[in-house]
Amino acid sequence: MAQGERVNFKNPVICWIDERLPLFSMMHKEYAAFPTPKNFNYLWNFGALSLFMLVTMIVTGVFLAMYYTPSTDHAFNSVERIMRDVNWGWLIRYIHMNGASMFFIVVYVHIFRGMYYGSYKYPRELLWILGVIILLLMMATAFMGYVLPWGQMSFWGATVITNLFSAIPLVGNKIVTWLWGGFSVDNPTLNRFYALHYLLPFVIFGVSFLHVAALHISGSNNPLGIDVKSPKDTVPFHPYYTAKDCFGLTIFLIFFAVIIFFLPNYLGDPDNYIPANPMVTPTHIVPEWYFLPFYAILRSFTIDIHIPFTHVVLISSKLGGVILMFGAVLLMFFLPWLDRSPVRSAVFRPLYRKFFWIFVATSITLGWVGSRPPEGLPVIIGQIATAYYFVHFLIILPMLPKYEKTLPLPNSISEAVLKGR
Amino acid sequence: MKISRPLFCLLFLIIGFSTLPAHADENALAPKTPVAGWPEDGALGTYDRASLQRGFQVYKQVCSACHSLKLLAYRDLTELGFSDAEVKAIAAQVQVTDGPNDQGEMFQRPGRPSDNFIMPFPNDQAARAANGGALPPDLSLIIKARKGHEDYVYSILTGFGQTPPADEKIASGMNYNPYFAGHQIAMPPPLTDGAVTYADGTQASVEQEARDVVQFLSWASEPSLEVRHQTGIKVLLFLAVFAGIMYGVKRKVWEKLY
Repeated sequence: MAQGERVNFKNPVICWIDERLPLFSMMHKEYAAFPTPKNFNYLWNFGALSLFMLVTMIVTGVFLAMYYTPSTDHAFNSVERIMRDVNWGWLIRYIHMNGASMFFIVVYVHIFRGMYYGSYKYPRELLWILGVIILLLMMATAFMGYVLPWGQMSFWGATVITNLFSAIPLVGNKIVTWLWGGFSVDNPTLNRFYALHYLLPFVIFGVSFLHVAALHISGSNNPLGIDVKSPKDTVPFHPYYTAKDCFGLTIFLIFFAVIIFFLPNYLGDPDNYIPANPMVTPTHIVPEWYFLPFYAILRSFTIDIHIPFTHVVLISSKLGGVILMFGAVLLMFFLPWLDRSPVRSAVFRPLYRKFFWIFVATSITLGWVGSRPPEGLPVIIGQIATAYYFVHFLIILPMLPKYEKTLPLPNSISEAVLKGR
Repeated sequence: MKISRPLFCLLFLIIGFSTLPAHADENALAPKTPVAGWPEDGALGTYDRASLQRGFQVYKQVCSACHSLKLLAYRDLTELGFSDAEVKAIAAQVQVTDGPNDQGEMFQRPGRPSDNFIMPFPNDQAARAANGGALPPDLSLIIKARKGHEDYVYSILTGFGQTPPADEKIASGMNYNPYFAGHQIAMPPPLTDGAVTYADGTQASVEQEARDVVQFLSWASEPSLEVRHQTGIKVLLFLAVFAGIMYGVKRKVWEKLY
């Protein structure tokens, strides 16, 4: 990465190390001098914020792991011991618990930003795919982390979600038994979830490294979506974007602190303060808010599909829901090839811009549907929204370039920036 | 900015959805807030020490006959304003099973501040057997573990004594309480006027007792609330100043560009 031009450092120790292992030159090249488009808006802060949240979660998680006991008999009480008796344990635990929500908020903004400005298009397809992999890993990590406190929602959430695999034809039930390490969600399940919950963040860290490495090959996209054409279009990452990211981070921390210190249980379900009880099912099993849109898609498939004129069920409503839910995420992998418009940024795509906001509204609506009991009007709304979710990806995006008259692109970033002033 | 209008619409959508009731929950009446509100509410909220001590008295003399509070230890009571000597005396009032001793036998001894609150029943089965099959829940986290929180528990405690509508039949051994899901609760009305005699002369009405014991249970659910609020204010003050500085730094850095 950093062979060739080495930087001359004043400090002789750094010089000595850099000659043998050019870490400092690499850091200088990739983070200090790194040419970055000069026209970022504040939405470009959310990549750095995601990395900040990942590190926050790993650090607080390591401290929690020092006191947490992964056993069905002790898990709940060990979390309460952290809350009551461990010095500042409540703070570490509330940071970690709400940190999961914050992580998803910044990552969702980061993803929608990528969609709005076409950041997934050539030459950044692999960068986008690595991002979707990170999202999948985050979902798995968050789901398993939610099981660890062993409250009612932990236990029943784990039961519902692991049971989804039973929808797989023929081998489904065997897979579920294998996942559980037994015949129900129990101590072996908790133990393996804990092991994986500790492992996966480091996998996320590794994939994030690749995500950033790929970013540094293609360079960042920008709000205009046009390529960098001359050095006039860029500024060095430091101090320009380090300063801007630090300011953005502080604003984000204010929001985070309000949640931690004044509304720490607002985003959680009260039922998870009841110890897990396999004999009592909560009235409504609801996942954490960041899974609600996917939960709504899962439950939108309400009929069994039969082989015509027989009673043989081809796709049960459960299997259909599972296919739709995983399909909803997997579809994101193909986004760079579903949207063929040569123009990246929605700023110059008047039609796409409208459909983008409809898509965001659809996602929020799905989130609301996911929070409701599956009966009455929300079911219908959920089905319409689910259908639209897929229509957006599979029909609207591919068709749009044929009908859309894009606006003229500026000649260069610097020209547009100067005109804007 | 071009995105401000759609963004505004989305915020409206999110706020709209989040203000809708989360669930059309069973048929329980929405919990009511006592007229005076709760002193722990709000960013600067703290517990009312006198109310906490009275609430502990209500728990000890009324609730603890059936409900455990197993996540709390007697030493925690110093936070209610009791002195170390007072906590020692409170703990010594109960008999705790300890052991095994050198002879391999379990024995009874007076409680110490380091002991957790003793439980009224040795296990859940014994609790059910003594309560007609119903399990009195542990109260350590009851305020955090119910939708409606303080208001819910207060409403349950003060919601007895109303006449059920004609179409609702109350099963034997059950009691009518419109705030409880299904309206039938196995717990008999626990509080009565004058059920306890407060040392500070406060009139022990049902509402007052409920308010005090809910205050006590709220503290039991979240003993770190006060230090959390105080720390939060300091953190926010720091961040507000720091944000100002960082904004200045950012402006200064970018100024050079143009």
